[in-house]
Amino acid sequence: MSIARRIADDQPTHFAFSAENKQKIKVILAKYPKSHKSSAVLPLLDLAQRQHDNWLPTKAIEEVAKICEMPEMRVFEVASFYTMFNLRPVGKYFIQACGTTPCWLRGSDAVMQCIKDKLNITSGETSACGNFTLLEVECLGACVNAPMVQINDDYYEDLDYNSMAKLINQLQQGETPQSGSMAGRQGSEPASGATSLKQGDSDAS
Amino acid sequence: MLHDSDRIFTNLYGWHGTDLKSARARGDWDGIAGLLERSHEDVIEAIKASGLRGRGGAGFPTGLKWSFMPKEITTRPHYLIVNADESEPGTCKDRDILRYEPHKLVEGSLLAGKAMRAHVGYIYIRGEFVNEAKALQTAIDEAYQAKLLGKNAANSGWDFDLYLHRGAGAYICGEETALIESLEGKKGQPRLKPPFPAGVGLYGCPSTVNNVETIAVVPTILRRGAEWFAGLGRAGNTGSKLFCISGHVNQPCNVEEEMGIPLKTLIEKHAGGVRGGWNNLLAVIPGGSSTPLIPKDICNDVLMDFDSLQEAQTGLGTAGVIVMDKSTDIVQAITRIAYFYKHESCGQCTPCREGTGWMYRMLERMVRGEATLEEIDILYDVTKQVEGHTICALGDAAAWPIQGLIRHFRPALEARLKSKTPAKTPIESVA
Repeated sequence: MSIARRIADDQPTHFAFSAENKQKIKVILAKYPKSHKSSAVLPLLDLAQRQHDNWLPTKAIEEVAKICEMPEMRVFEVASFYTMFNLRPVGKYFIQACGTTPCWLRGSDAVMQCIKDKLNITSGETSACGNFTLLEVECLGACVNAPMVQINDDYYEDLDYNSMAKLINQLQQGETPQSGSMAGRQGSEPASGATSLKQGDSDAS
Repeated sequence: MLHDSDRIFTNLYGWHGTDLKSARARGDWDGIAGLLERSHEDVIEAIKASGLRGRGGAGFPTGLKWSFMPKEITTRPHYLIVNADESEPGTCKDRDILRYEPHKLVEGSLLAGKAMRAHVGYIYIRGEFVNEAKALQTAIDEAYQAKLLGKNAANSGWDFDLYLHRGAGAYICGEETALIESLEGKKGQPRLKPPFPAGVGLYGCPSTVNNVETIAVVPTILRRGAEWFAGLGRAGNTGSKLFCISGHVNQPCNVEEEMGIPLKTLIEKHAGGVRGGWNNLLAVIPGGSSTPLIPKDICNDVLMDFDSLQEAQTGLGTAGVIVMDKSTDIVQAITRIAYFYKHESCGQCTPCREGTGWMYRMLERMVRGEATLEEIDILYDVTKQVEGHTICALGDAAAWPIQGLIRHFRPALEARLKSKTPAKTPIESVA
């Protein structure tokens, strides 16, 4: 993976899973054979990151290593290999903007430009207010709803410059914008109306 | 052309409920006890007879793949692994199954798991699909509550546990052995084959990795009969298929269609046609970013199935159809794909780790019009040194789109390099 993944200079001295997350860890570990606790490393790192403002401090990596019975270095290797783990603090709104060809063809450059204009950040940077971090990412798998961005857990699709600007405005005002298509589509059907499944004949619901 | 009555994914667009009750009303889980009474061999034979080929890109016959699993369980348990790590640019079909038709996948996992004598299945879903993972987990929980999963699943005497496992952002984990490594808690770096997963897979045990769509069509095939599925499409390329049509079309969409539908019909009937009309078409990438592009003259009458597209020196891949009209800077479009593979190379094999960077940087020079004419041949040569020289197919996937560009748009490339055209100037098709 080619992204520079430097760890944060300023690290907390302590990390412990919350009581609620300790319960979740039990459920996660039960999915895998007892002799293969290392299988839980991705879900546990994800849990740690969610508990810690969307980034992974070294102490969390050490804690996960202990639970998964793995050498710390192996867990650090995993944390630095997968792009979803942030090894440095990110803003409250972590914007992952797709720039791969299907999104690019539909105008991801304009979406990226909008983010730059509104927040004065480019990929890898956090806004002056500290609330927004932008990362240009590779295909997020919503290509027929391109261009799109992911903000924290949610997909925002069928974007253009104006709808991206509106999204940022809403977030700046502390609102949670409705995720999904910004063009009013339910899912991946043609915007002008479906060309199949029109009868809904096999569905009684 | 497919009739609605032959469509498997009747809730593709999420217009109806995704809960167990709604799914049952659409026919999911119907007669599951009877389906589970069928012997392992009987189910595998039915899948073979249906002609189903893997929907994840490679198109390997599914029944045959299942038959590689050992015929009895020894000291090592068997595992079914469902590959929901959908990340091939241009592809977003599995996402709709995960969020709108999760019960088809859960039911298919149980049936496939039993056929290959697995008592445990893992669904590996890409980490970014957070909401899709929630939808699928809800379906799994419902199935457990209704005793359709777990001990004595669906009262069949077969125990089957199904677990969801989220990835964390790595395209390479869609490669089956990288996926297994990742599921074991390691970096997602592919393994050498052989041994194949059916012999030595997850935790060193017999395992089979199948795509989401492959598994999700299994219940309907078994219910309606192998002959029904085999009657759609043409020999060797049977059934229906989810197509994702993105890029320069008037109405980008996903749609389930018959295998072998003409590309032009697919685009015009479902995606509202090419922006600016069919004659404004420059090229199409027919099966996700790793399949070589085809220019308009081939698009005019090519059929959308494995063998037809292979004859056209490309592939059906995941059926992610990326359409580019004449306003497209085709060099830039392919360069962006080359960047994708550079970004996603796991770094294990030198030809891929170094080659993807080389190819990307050479293409960047071409986008800017800075390269010399000789560099086209050098670039082609580099693609040939990457292709076939790596553990997994990512190296091939990085090389093919560039080979397609040179094959079909060499005159356009040469024109750009001769005129030193600056970046961002669209070039017309000269192919």
